Amino acid sequence: MEGDRTISSHITDTTFAPLTVCSELMRDLPGARTVATGYGRHLFARHWKCEVVTEIKAVAMGARALLPSCRTIIDVGGQDTKAITITAEGKLHKFAMNDKCAAGTGRFLEVMADALSFSREEFAKAALSAVRAEKLSSMCTVFAESEVISLVARGSARQEIALGIHQAISSRILSLVKGVQIEDDVLFAGGGALNACLRRLIETGLDRKLHLPDQPQIAAALGCALHGDLH
Amino acid sequence: MWEKLGLDLDAHDALLEMLGQLYGQTFMSQRNRPKGMEYFDFVMSEVHGLRIKEIVDAKEEGRKVFGSFCVFVPEEIVLAVDGILVGLCAGAEFALDEAENLLPRNTCSLIKGAFGFTLSNVCPYIKAADMVIGENTCDGKKKSYEIFRDLVSDLYVMDMPQMKNEVDRDFLRHEYRRFAARVEEVSGRKIEVDALRKAIGTVNAKRGAMHRLAGLRAADPAPISGLDALLANQVYFYDDPVRFTESSNQLCNEIEERIGKGEGVFDKGAPRILISGCPMAVPNWKLPTIIEGANAVIVGEESCVGERGTRHLTDETGETVEQLIDNIVDRYFKIDCAVFTPNTVRLEHIKEMAKAYKADGVIHYGLQFCAPYQIEAGPVEKALEADNIPTLRIDTDYSMEDVEQIRTRVEAFIERLKG
Repeated sequence: MEGDRTISSHITDTTFAPLTVCSELMRDLPGARTVATGYGRHLFARHWKCEVVTEIKAVAMGARALLPSCRTIIDVGGQDTKAITITAEGKLHKFAMNDKCAAGTGRFLEVMADALSFSREEFAKAALSAVRAEKLSSMCTVFAESEVISLVARGSARQEIALGIHQAISSRILSLVKGVQIEDDVLFAGGGALNACLRRLIETGLDRKLHLPDQPQIAAALGCALHGDLH
Repeated sequence: MWEKLGLDLDAHDALLEMLGQLYGQTFMSQRNRPKGMEYFDFVMSEVHGLRIKEIVDAKEEGRKVFGSFCVFVPEEIVLAVDGILVGLCAGAEFALDEAENLLPRNTCSLIKGAFGFTLSNVCPYIKAADMVIGENTCDGKKKSYEIFRDLVSDLYVMDMPQMKNEVDRDFLRHEYRRFAARVEEVSGRKIEVDALRKAIGTVNAKRGAMHRLAGLRAADPAPISGLDALLANQVYFYDDPVRFTESSNQLCNEIEERIGKGEGVFDKGAPRILISGCPMAVPNWKLPTIIEGANAVIVGEESCVGERGTRHLTDETGETVEQLIDNIVDRYFKIDCAVFTPNTVRLEHIKEMAKAYKADGVIHYGLQFCAPYQIEAGPVEKALEADNIPTLRIDTDYSMEDVEQIRTRVEAFIERLKG
């Protein structure tokens, strides 16, 4: 970043060799001030000079920069789903996260899209096109996948299963979000925010409008960059 | 000696290796520890060694050994017949598969831990115990003692009240008198008034030393880490009470000197955390390791292995055994365990502790499937936040698979405290 202007951003998969991926990314940025976040933050900090912040604080700072009136953040990432509240002064306040399993996270959606042979984009579109939903009873990613396979075998329509899956994960996310005191404005961050069906279901469930930033999946990275700038 | 106790030597060796490694990583890497901690390091290194030998020797002299899982078991009564009371092993996941053969998977780690240690024949204390005392506190323990009965030589179950009315105090008195009679029977000795008074004095002195240690932790910079203070609270359950008191007081003398010189183990101004909730038995150091690894210092434990277990003293005045037992009942009846309803005293105590030890925030520690504490966690969090005490709830078990998730939550909570 330069001041509050983003001059370059890059999204890539962590893969099974995160340090190799980081080496490649860092090669193009010699000497840049760096702040690490996410599950690999401490691993990264052992190899590069950087500051470390949690993704919770990072996304809170990023959200505030994207939407200064933001008081609540819903962040649906791959490994975790979080609901975060910020004080009127912009400080991190309460947060709630999913339990240690993948239920209610972006990973759940990915596994289910694969089970139905949908691409990520098709998956949300198909769900939105359904007029009724096949109800999913299981929230465990492993059990839900076999339930989806059973529904397919029974001849259920793919888009109806897709809507059922979106409803299941939304209800999980909603119960998490309702655990913190929601205040407007609400920003939706993380890769999950790119899913239009998920957005609609959560907006309906909360009876509130969600603000969708450009590139919601890098809100935490933006927060990190701003943190580096402030300190 | 080990074979005579009926231990599984291979499994016991494996346990000791695991324990030794974990201990080294957790405690010995801390910087600038008080010298007085060497005593506790020694006790821990000999917790399955010299201390057991002492206990076995005492048994040969005719003294009786009583094993317990709960701070409601009155040590005074055991000491009055020259008996030894020890806390039994329940702080780690050991032989989980065997424990889960007997118990549902959704049983708390503490109960599964006790079963695992017992079933795999690696807890020398349970082997050395002439009588194991169970207590009907939570439903998990109450029902699992029905199965546990077959795993130990002599299980005695103490019943417990669930409310704090006069009728409940009478009930606890009845149970303590019944317990005293059983202790007399097992030991073959009668409880004399002087011996009981002396026993009360011994336990008061032990608790007094812990009160002193707790008070010193109010200093900034923190003169002792939360991990080390927790260790002292854990050793409390294993060591000879008089020697423990002396060593703890020596540790306190050193800490007072440190405070005088402004020395500490964390930087001045480091975020200060109060832990509240389920007990952490040896070697359960999982959450404190994460908290202090993130450069926040734990300044108190509102826990059975901590201030909930040690906080009140017993009145030593009384002319008869009955009067002294009444005093003991009065003291133990104040313990604000979450099995009681309502249990608002506990919330007041958490607030008092947060203020006294200048905590910036509270981390509520709940063991998965511990209904009493997990259910209290919600109202406790709400009340503390309403009082402007930032609170984080962590529910976990003894497994290590969620360490990174917990680390993220704890670090984010510390970021919140820093503002």
